[in-house]
Order: sequence, then structure tokens, then C-alpha cells
Amino acid sequence: MLADKDRIFTNVYGFQPWTLQAARARGDWDNTKALLELGQDKIIDVVKASGLRGRGGAGFPTGTKWGFMPKEPKADRPNFLVINADESEPGSCKDREIIRHDPHKLIEGALVAGFAMRARAAYIYIRGEYIREAETLFAAVAEAYEAGLVGKNACGSGYDFDVFVHRGAGAYICGEETAMLESLEGKKGQPRLKPPFPAGAGLYGCPTTVNNVESIAVAPTILRRGAEWFSSFGAENNKGTKLFQISGHVNKPCVVEEAMSISFRELIETHCGGIRGGWDNLLAVIPGGSSVPLVPAAQIMDCAMDFDGLKAVGSGLGTAAIIVMDKSTDVVRAISRISYFYKHESCGQCTPCREGTGWMWRVMERLRTGEADIGEIDMLQQVTKQVEGHSICALGDAAAWPIQGLIKHFRPELERRIRERGGDLAPMQEAAE
Amino acid sequence: MPKLKVDGIEVEVPQGATVLQACEAAGKEIPRFCYHERLSIAGNCRMCLVEVKPGPPKPQASCALPAADNQEVFTTTPMVKHAREGIMEFLLINHPLDCPICDQGGECDLQDQSVAYGRGQSRFAENKRAVTEKYMGPIVKTIMTRCIQCTRCVRFAEEVAGVEEIGAIYRGENMQITSYLEEAVQSELSGNTVDLCPVGALTHKPYAYEYRPWELKKTLTIDVHDALGTNIRLDSRGRQVLRALPRVNEDVNEEWAHDKTRYAVDGLVRRRLDRPFVRKDGKLVPVSWNEAFAAIAAVEHGGSVAAVAGDLVDCETMFAAKTLVTALGGSRLEGRQTGMDYDTSSLGAVAFNSTIAGTERADAILLVGTNLRWEAPLVNTRIRKAIKRGAKVFAIGPETELTYKVEWLGDDLGVLSDLPQAVLQAFDGAERPMVIVGPAALAGAHGAALGLVDTLGLVKPDWNGFNVIHLAASRMGGLMLGYASKGGIADLHDARLTFFLGADEVDYTRFDGFKVYVGHHGDRGAHHADVVLPGATYAEKPGTYVNLEGRVQRGERAVFPPGDAREDWAVFRALSDAMGATLPFDSLPALREEMYAAVPALRHPGLANYEWSPPSLGTTATGRIEGYPIQDFYLTNAICRASPTMQRCSAELVHGESFAEAAE
Repeated sequence: MLADKDRIFTNVYGFQPWTLQAARARGDWDNTKALLELGQDKIIDVVKASGLRGRGGAGFPTGTKWGFMPKEPKADRPNFLVINADESEPGSCKDREIIRHDPHKLIEGALVAGFAMRARAAYIYIRGEYIREAETLFAAVAEAYEAGLVGKNACGSGYDFDVFVHRGAGAYICGEETAMLESLEGKKGQPRLKPPFPAGAGLYGCPTTVNNVESIAVAPTILRRGAEWFSSFGAENNKGTKLFQISGHVNKPCVVEEAMSISFRELIETHCGGIRGGWDNLLAVIPGGSSVPLVPAAQIMDCAMDFDGLKAVGSGLGTAAIIVMDKSTDVVRAISRISYFYKHESCGQCTPCREGTGWMWRVMERLRTGEADIGEIDMLQQVTKQVEGHSICALGDAAAWPIQGLIKHFRPELERRIRERGGDLAPMQEAAE
Repeated sequence: MPKLKVDGIEVEVPQGATVLQACEAAGKEIPRFCYHERLSIAGNCRMCLVEVKPGPPKPQASCALPAADNQEVFTTTPMVKHAREGIMEFLLINHPLDCPICDQGGECDLQDQSVAYGRGQSRFAENKRAVTEKYMGPIVKTIMTRCIQCTRCVRFAEEVAGVEEIGAIYRGENMQITSYLEEAVQSELSGNTVDLCPVGALTHKPYAYEYRPWELKKTLTIDVHDALGTNIRLDSRGRQVLRALPRVNEDVNEEWAHDKTRYAVDGLVRRRLDRPFVRKDGKLVPVSWNEAFAAIAAVEHGGSVAAVAGDLVDCETMFAAKTLVTALGGSRLEGRQTGMDYDTSSLGAVAFNSTIAGTERADAILLVGTNLRWEAPLVNTRIRKAIKRGAKVFAIGPETELTYKVEWLGDDLGVLSDLPQAVLQAFDGAERPMVIVGPAALAGAHGAALGLVDTLGLVKPDWNGFNVIHLAASRMGGLMLGYASKGGIADLHDARLTFFLGADEVDYTRFDGFKVYVGHHGDRGAHHADVVLPGATYAEKPGTYVNLEGRVQRGERAVFPPGDAREDWAVFRALSDAMGATLPFDSLPALREEMYAAVPALRHPGLANYEWSPPSLGTTATGRIEGYPIQDFYLTNAICRASPTMQRCSAELVHGESFAEAAE
């Protein structure tokens, strides 16, 4: 179990106020000027050395990402930092805790990260439904401006840095980095084609880095305590601490900061009071938010909760939003509901996702009641393959993976339902061409 | 110049080319729906997926992927085949199976590509999506259930037409293309969205359910509704022209055409003059050709003969009339019907010298008294392109919406000799400066505009930035054939016998002599004429036209004129016999030889070479530009005025009337 002294997010439960005064007492904004005096390259080097991987789901090394930004931005094309607080993935709730209870960690991180990548300003794009959280964030940013921590001559460092908070309007797709940029620019939130990548042409055509809230918020602490400290947690290539968000059929669902690579069993036993009805009652786990394939009980129990460990069982860490399902769960219905979510949130721009998500959900709904042919399971699998990897952004993949996970691990359950309804056992007949 | 391999074929493509273009260079067909050469890249249909090495182990959208050195592209691998089949299946699951009643049937990208790249059967057992129709105005009919959301129409409206009135609303499978508040699209180029639509979601409203594409005879010809010389294809069935579509000509119209070009063709079968008439007791009475000719031959003109050319006539007609006028002892010719009398001693000084295609390379543009959006919509789109490359545009005249940002300098012509500092600065560093003089300023400020040639440095060894906009398809040809009198049309008013060649914009009350109208529509000219001789429209005769930049182009005959109507040159040939002044040609080729002998520049299609020797005219201009000559874009000539579609467009788009539509 992670020792209390090693926690980065010391107010994640809101036992103390979020205000600047309280944040300072917790060590935030403590001589931030000295952090900036390390110099841009040094900051990036430290973050690289810490092994911090992006906390938004894809796990791209954060320091490397910052290093992509132009070293000498042109006067008419400033660099921008965009912070992705559009936390809409079903199961994820970590950014919310950071913003409502520890917003100054994020704002300080924005300054440090923005300074390191020579950004002129940071835009924090906060999910539209986070109304109270946005209020807190607005107030916190105002506090920081008033204290001279951001704005002109931020923290007395001589560096000018603005922080803007922008509220979304309730679209999951705006959490995709380029769709977020479109939305920030006032357009319909639809992902852009890549290349060009945001580091080349992002917000308003200027070099931009989009980072998750957690990736940014941990940066000042890493700089204060050193890369060695951060990389002392977790397995190789999966360093650091991480906010895990455990929901579903555990005795005490919670958001908790733990070392990476902790085993699933230890995480649940230590922080969540075990599985509801005991470990034998565990059916399956979705370990990284709704977009990753589920993992059946037997494989997940002793799996290391990190990028590589979950990849090995055919899933992913995602945002570490762990959805635990016990044997009372109608797993087909659960996945069908996720399928509906992606159908609902598809932006409609590109063909496979626009047409495929609706089709997949409709078939899932029929599989839920068994009103289908056995052959349609294979067809559904093929359709998911036709969506996966063919769309502009990753939403197509995200819509396909949960269904693929279901078919991979729970095919007998699907077939049982079809048989019980008297469905045809024979595969669908195809006419000769 | 990246070098890459496509299916093992090595190709070299220009810097900045996409993988799709590289594949085309290698002779590989890449299916696509959203990609269009003249629009920005959307990359959303995903039909052009190819396998690229090095790269991620998934297919890549070739339309959006830059070609790079040492790439290996595969277009025939199983991965690509499955990707195409998958996309095709997705596109078709919600596309209705109404091909038998769809106007796009037979020329539908979706049909063609599903045959070529699809799987052959459907596995989709759910209900198909239905989408309500959207109202987009009198030109574009929508059947939105067929839409595949390629967004070509959205991009065209925004990028080429310059009206941000079409867009997508809702998201996911509910995404719909619609016009702003479902109102008519206020663009004179809206018909192009129909051509761009790869499926039958947007179809031509005026032609709805009128034809199948394979029934039509296709004739390549030239449009006459403005002076641009848009290259078009007339599609006809039997004796009727059913539609006009633009052809590709990079120098003139790219592949666009405005709505008048496309949809005025239904005016070709309405209000036609199909027999000769003679005015008896104040009324036009149908007569035989011989009686009509006899009535004309009886006029005692004493050599006081003149001819006025209308806006739509071809060079052959004008040459035949000119030859007859000369043979009868007359010499007065005029084509500028509304009374303009600008100096025509040098054709270079009244031509569009920068060329239409050259416009998009200009870097500083001054518009003088021109509402380009209505006077030459396809020059307007070129200016939009120039602006995209960084050109600055200034304009003198009453302010009007040109679809781009213009710095208006007021409507006082005096500003020409005292240009503001901002203009001088913009032109100072300009490599390709342009001044475009419109008809509203040509009468009063031709000299002052020519004066800018020196002050703004418009003429350079490889660039001539002095341009004049004309409104009539016959204008440049007419000027080359001598259809211009010193004092304008006022010089002709006292002619004893005047031939009007489809001239409908003339003030007939000023003509006291005998008036012969040779034309095709019962419009203003026929109302005032003493004798009416039925002629042919541009669709019914082969003809030579010279556009505003001096480009000689030839059109072909698509259909025959109705009733007793004849090709105009033949009318003059027959009339000349009756008047005892027989013209020296019996066939169109013979006429053309005579014409080429008189004006050699007409012989070879292509740009006529006008010498640049501007006349010295007074360089001060005074007065204000009160307005632009075109009051109603959709009703500028006799064909348009006879066209129900154009009348409807005028009522709805210009005069703001609204129409109730019957449910289908």
C-alpha cells in the first residue's frame, strides 16, 4: 500500500478546503519560481526521467510529448497547452476529484508544464456537466491570478502565462484531443485528421499539446521530489502513482491513489473492502473505462494494474476506471448499454463509426434478449473489426473493443440466450455470388 | 519531389501531394466519396483506405496522407479489399434502395462503387434510417435519406461559393446536412452542390423525375448567359434540351457553372418565335417567310441601314448581319444595347487581360464599379481563391455582398485619381496587381481607370493587370467584328432600317425607322418590331463566341430550332436574296471562311492576342456610381425571362417571396 507520505493528491477526498490558502498549506505553489528556474529543458528531462506516461488513456510518455513543441515559438504562432478536463468516459471520475478538491495542483501544473513547453497560455477544457467543479476551477484560477501566481510575471519568474477555463457543452467526443481543439475554436466538435498533429498545428493552427488533468497535476510534485522518487513506484515502463477509480460491485467503491502495477486483488482488498459476495462472486472487470475490453475474473484477479499488465490480458489501463461486475450482472446488457453510449456519442463525421456504432448496438440489443441467430455473433465480430482501425479517431475502436471482449470471453452466454429463445443453431446462409 | 512505390510501381509526385494522388499517378483507381480535387480534404468517408508501409498496421485514408519518400503503398491487398468492403457495407446499410426512382441513378458514385468494391449482399437486418427532407431553395431538391454525409456540399458552399449556409446538425447516425434554418441557399452557384453530391441526396429540382441520364444526347457547347464563356454540355432528348452541365475547363470555369447557366434551359421551349410575323395595323400577324422578306425589301432605306446585336448572339450571326448591312450601303453597327459608348479603338483596353485563371494569382485587386457576384460569378470565385493566397481587395461602388472581405472606398469615382494610402501601399509591393472595371464604371471612368495603369504599375512584361468586365456573351466578338459606333447606340437611332439580332434590352422608342427583329424569344424586341424573323438560340446553332478575356470558343448544335425558325445566318442569307444583295456564302463553313478572312483572330480557338495600346483618354473621373446594371441576376436576358425556374429563383431569392410546396 502506498504510504501517505508518498501521495501526490493529499486532498483527493476533500477533507480540507480547496482554496489557495489550504493548498499552500499542503505544499502547492511552494516556491514555484524555483521550479521554473530549473529551465525548460531541465523540466522536460526530469519528467522524461520520471517515466510519467499520459494519464488520459493512451499512455504516451508525457515528457517526450512536451519535447515535441517548437523550442522557439514565432511571435504570431505561440505555443499553447490545452488541458483535457472533459472527463466523460463511463467509469472515470479522477479529474473531477482533482478539480473540485485540489484545483491548485492543476493550475500550478499548468504553469510548470506550460513554461516547459514554452506555451503562451493554458486552456482548461472542462466537461460541461461538471458544473460545481467548473465553479471551483474558475474561482481557483481567479485566486491564482490575484496572488500573481499566473498571468503577467507568473510567480515572479518573469514569464507571462495565462490560464483560461472553457466549459464544454456535453459531448463525449470533445475529449478527443483534436475534437477538443475544434470545440475550443467554436466549431462543431469533430476530430481532425492527423497529420498534422497538434504539436505542429493545433489550436488556431498554432503548436499545441493536449494533456490530461492528472498528467499535468502531478508534474510539480515530480519536480519537487525528483524523478527517482516517482519512478520508484511501479514496474519498469509503468512508473509512478496513479489515481484508481473503482466502481461497481465492490464493498466500498472509491477513488484512491496507489502505486502503479499494484495487483488487482491487493487494490480491491486494501481500498475497497473486497468484492461484493467474495472473490468467487467476481464475474468480470472492465479495467480502464468503458472503452477497453472486459477481463474475466480468473484472468484479472492477480493481474498487475498497469499499461503492460492489462495489455497482456487483452485489455488496457485506459484511465484506470475499474468497473467491477459480480455474478449478478447481466453482462450482455452491460456491454449493450456501453454500445448505446458510443452510438449516442459518435460525432457522425466518418462512415465506420457513424454507421457501425448504430448497427452494433442494435445487434447487441437483440443478443441481449437472444432474439438473433447464432451466426450473427460472428457477423457482429466482423462488424466490430470493420469499425476498429478504420475511423478518424479512436472512438470507433472504443466502440468495438467492449463488444470484442464480450464475444471473446462470454460467447457461451450469448449462445445460451439465443438457444433459449429457440434461435437457429445453423450459421447464416449466404447466397453464392 | 517524393518518390514512392504504389503496388510496386515507382512514381514521383510533387511536394505536398497526397498518397491518393500518387496512386492516381501510378494508374491505380482509388474509390472515394468525400474527396474532391477542388475542395478541402475531409477524410471522412474512409473509402480511399490503402495500406501504407511504413505506418501503423491499419489502413490509412489516402486522401489525407501526405506522400513521402520511400513509402510503399498497396491498393490491392486483402486488408484494403476488406476495408473497402466494410466501408461500402456501412454506407449502404442506411442508404435506401430507391435507385429505380432516384434521379442520380445511372450517374451515381455510390452505385458504381458498390458494384466495383462492395460485397454483393447485405447482412443488415435492422430498420433503415429515414431523414426528413430539407428545403434548400428552388434549385436544389433534397432527399436526405440518401445522404452519406460526405460533406462535399458543405465544403463547396463554404469554400467556393462563400456562403456559410449549408452545414451538418446533430451527431452520430443522426447527423443531417441542412441549410441554415432550412431556408433557401442564397447562392448563385448552388446548383454545383448537386453535381458534387456523390449520391442522389441533392438533385436538380427543376429537372426532377424528367429524364434518365442514359436517355440524353450530350452536346458540347458554350454558355451565353454571361460573358465568361462557361464550357457546358447540353443534354437533350428529342427536340428538347433537358439540362446544362458544366464541362471542365481550367482556364475558364474550372468545373463550375452558375445557376442561370444550368437552369435557364427550360426557357428554351417557352415563348419561342416559331414563325415570321409582320406588323399590320399595329398587330403582329403570322406570315410566310416570303411575305416577311417582301415587307422588309419594300422599305426605302436609301442606305440608312443599321444592326444592333443582342447579348446572346454568336459571331456568325453578327458577321452575316454586318455583311448584309454593308451590302445595303449601311455601316452603323452596335452591340452595346444600353447606350454605353466607351472607347473601343484598342480591344486590349476593354478586355479582361489578366485572364480568368490568372485572377487567382493576383495579390492586390481593385474593383471599380462591379458587382462581380452577379456580373461574373466565376470570376468572383477566382478572387476568393486569390484572397486565400493572401490578396487584398478594394472596391469602389455601392457596397454589396461579394462573399469575401472587401475594403470599400465609397461610390465616388473621384477617388480613382486620389487613391487612399492603404490602396497605394497594397499595390506598391504587389507582383500581380489587378484593376477590374465593371460596366457601372466603364462609361464614366474608363479613362481614369486606364490612368491607374501607370500610377499602380498594372502592366509588367509578363502580366497585364487591367481588366474590364462585360455582361454579354456577344460583346468581345461584337467588338472584334466592329459592332461599336462612336456615340454608342444613339448613333443608330435615325436609321431607316434597323436589324435587331436578339436585342431585347434596347430602348426601342428611340428608333423611328423600320425595325426587323431576328431572334428566338417573344420578348421586348419582338413587341416593338415591324417584322419578326424567328431565329435560333445558342443551343440550336453552331457558333463562335469570344469571352471577356478574348478567348475564342465554339459551340455545337444540340437540338433544332422549333417550327419555322432557322439558324440566324441562314435567315440573313435568305433575306439578302429577297433584298437583291445576295450574301457571298451558302453554307456555314463558307461564312466562317469569310469571317476568318475579315477577322483572322476568330479562326483559332483560344486566346485572341489583343495588342496593348490603350487610348489616351481623360484621366479624371467625377460623379458617383449609383448602382450596378444587373438588377436581377436571374432575369437578365430573354431566355431567363421565359424560364419558369429563373422566374421562381428571382421571386424567391431576389425578391424574397416564399412558396408553399406540395407534399409528394
